[in-house]
Amino acid sequence: MDRGGDELLLAFTRALRAAGVPVTHDRARGFLEATAVLGLDDQRATYLAGRATLCAGPDDLDRYDRVFTAFFGRDGLPRPRPAQSDGVPGFSGLPDTDGSGDGGPAEDDVVRARASDTEVLRHRDVATLSAAEKHRLAGMFATLRPRPPLRRTARHQRWHRGQVDAPATLRASLRRMGEPAEIAWRRRGVRPRRMVLLIDVSGSMSGYADALLRLAHRFTQASPSVETFTVGTRVTHVTRAMRSHDPERALVAAGETVPDWSGGTRLGETLRFFLDRWGQRGMARGAVVVVFSDGWERGDPALLGEQMARLRRVAHRVVWVNPHRGKDGYEPVQQGVLAALPHCDDFVAGHSLATFAELTEVVSRA
Amino acid sequence: MVLESPDAVAERLGATGYLCDDALATVTYLALRMQRPLLLEGEPGTGKTALAEAVAESLDLPLVRLQCYEGIDATQALYDWDFPRQILHLRALEAAGGADVTEAEKSLYDARFLLARPVLQALQESPAVLLVDEVDRADDEFEAFLLEVLSTYQVSIPELGTVRAATPPVVVLTSNRTRELHDALKRRCLYHWIDHPGLEREVEIVRSRAPEVSAELARQVVGVVQGLRERGDLVKPPGVAETLDWARALTYLGTAEIDLAAASATLGALVKYREDADRVRHALDQMLRA
Repeated sequence: MDRGGDELLLAFTRALRAAGVPVTHDRARGFLEATAVLGLDDQRATYLAGRATLCAGPDDLDRYDRVFTAFFGRDGLPRPRPAQSDGVPGFSGLPDTDGSGDGGPAEDDVVRARASDTEVLRHRDVATLSAAEKHRLAGMFATLRPRPPLRRTARHQRWHRGQVDAPATLRASLRRMGEPAEIAWRRRGVRPRRMVLLIDVSGSMSGYADALLRLAHRFTQASPSVETFTVGTRVTHVTRAMRSHDPERALVAAGETVPDWSGGTRLGETLRFFLDRWGQRGMARGAVVVVFSDGWERGDPALLGEQMARLRRVAHRVVWVNPHRGKDGYEPVQQGVLAALPHCDDFVAGHSLATFAELTEVVSRA
Repeated sequence: MVLESPDAVAERLGATGYLCDDALATVTYLALRMQRPLLLEGEPGTGKTALAEAVAESLDLPLVRLQCYEGIDATQALYDWDFPRQILHLRALEAAGGADVTEAEKSLYDARFLLARPVLQALQESPAVLLVDEVDRADDEFEAFLLEVLSTYQVSIPELGTVRAATPPVVVLTSNRTRELHDALKRRCLYHWIDHPGLEREVEIVRSRAPEVSAELARQVVGVVQGLRERGDLVKPPGVAETLDWARALTYLGTAEIDLAAASATLGALVKYREDADRVRHALDQMLRA
């Protein structure tokens, strides 16, 4: 193949990367290899080769299709310049009003904070904090040490009592040329149970989104089997962003992935989408599912109730966290909450760091 | 086993009764030519596992299947030693009297005491088709192990030496996306998302997989199933496997044309949830009246 062709294809992979498809170097090489096998003259073949080698999931496929059309056009004639603005899916970063961006002003009063202030801040509603207070609270999230809930596994561990471990006993006797030896014992092992966090990022929850994502980050860092989704008008899988060790980076990455910050809430529909696409297949099966939402539902509350019932049937435990729960005079009267409440195992508060700490307790006992 | 174009692949697969579109044929062709594992994702019942079976049949290769589950480890995927037989062997040596200790020990780790599990079996029997089914059910550690085997196509057994595949096996991995697979594994593979087939193709599939179903009934059944999938309110929309089951069930009951009574009686073949059953009954009522 001529070098010009290769360069064009590599430029295409760069455009893809700009559009948010994680194209690595070896993937790009696989793409070149595949087009070499299929030949460059057939556009459909190039399209399919790229789909197979550059994409890693259904989310990538839409982006890929958009970039491919923008780059090569529908007529099959490569355009001289990739229209990058077409290829980048629209998204907005984390809203600046949160004041939680990287760095932030390291104000003097922040450093000189006294212990009693810290205690007060622990109990303050995070939606009412000033930018400086939020900055301080962000650091305090590190004090949360969530312990993941546990489940028993199919595999056994060696133990000093329990059931007889026949293979291990035989192996020990084999070492003694077949003489009976000491009896080995085993018991069922334990592993972290899977957790699924569904975070409402709609307009009515916008004051809490930042804190809830930080909480999700703490959970993700504590256990390898935590999956995080944001819900609003759409469902976005943000687990990958949450895996970053640095909370600030994790939040920025999440901000870039989520397309529907501060939009409306269609909890019932989004929950159904989550269950269809991930939950029922196994992600929510036997998992502890935590829903963070105030229950303001614009869609049909009956649908929400139905989907919560479905969720509860597959999940091990369903916890609903409502930021208004801990406030004076709160009554669960929103239609969404009323519909969902019968299908929750726990209904807890979640508006301050102290309540988040309580939540981690509830979850670890689940 | 050299096929010269995606069309040839589609043709060969079609001869075994597996009908695929050009995208799947191209990806399969690439997987064979580039000797890369093929990672298939998609809705349950869209023929992910069936593809591996069809590839094995069309290339006339043995199919080795590894069903993944939570907690699966190397001894279940690669090989294990047959301890009871080894001990029996030792006892026999003892009874025969005075065997040399080092000789006896050496004879313990003989190939006949080796239990080959699917991955080792596929390497030994290669060329073969290795199907790693529902890889998303296995743990992360197992994925890492799989990655190692798939990148070198060899397995080393400390007591026996290295087993290497003469020709790398054709590897097909399927996943239901219950969890995101690790990127390293995905990068090794060619990726394909299998969708539900269109009306015409699904009719063809029913006709070729279930020849006992009449053309008339097949068309009607597929029409109903596609209508149900489009509704989007079912807990579990029926896949192609369910379409086939339903078409067969109706045929066995002697139904020439779908009516509400026959449909109600056979609904268990099509939908597997109580909520869905009610919705489908309602929808069928409307469809059949129209």
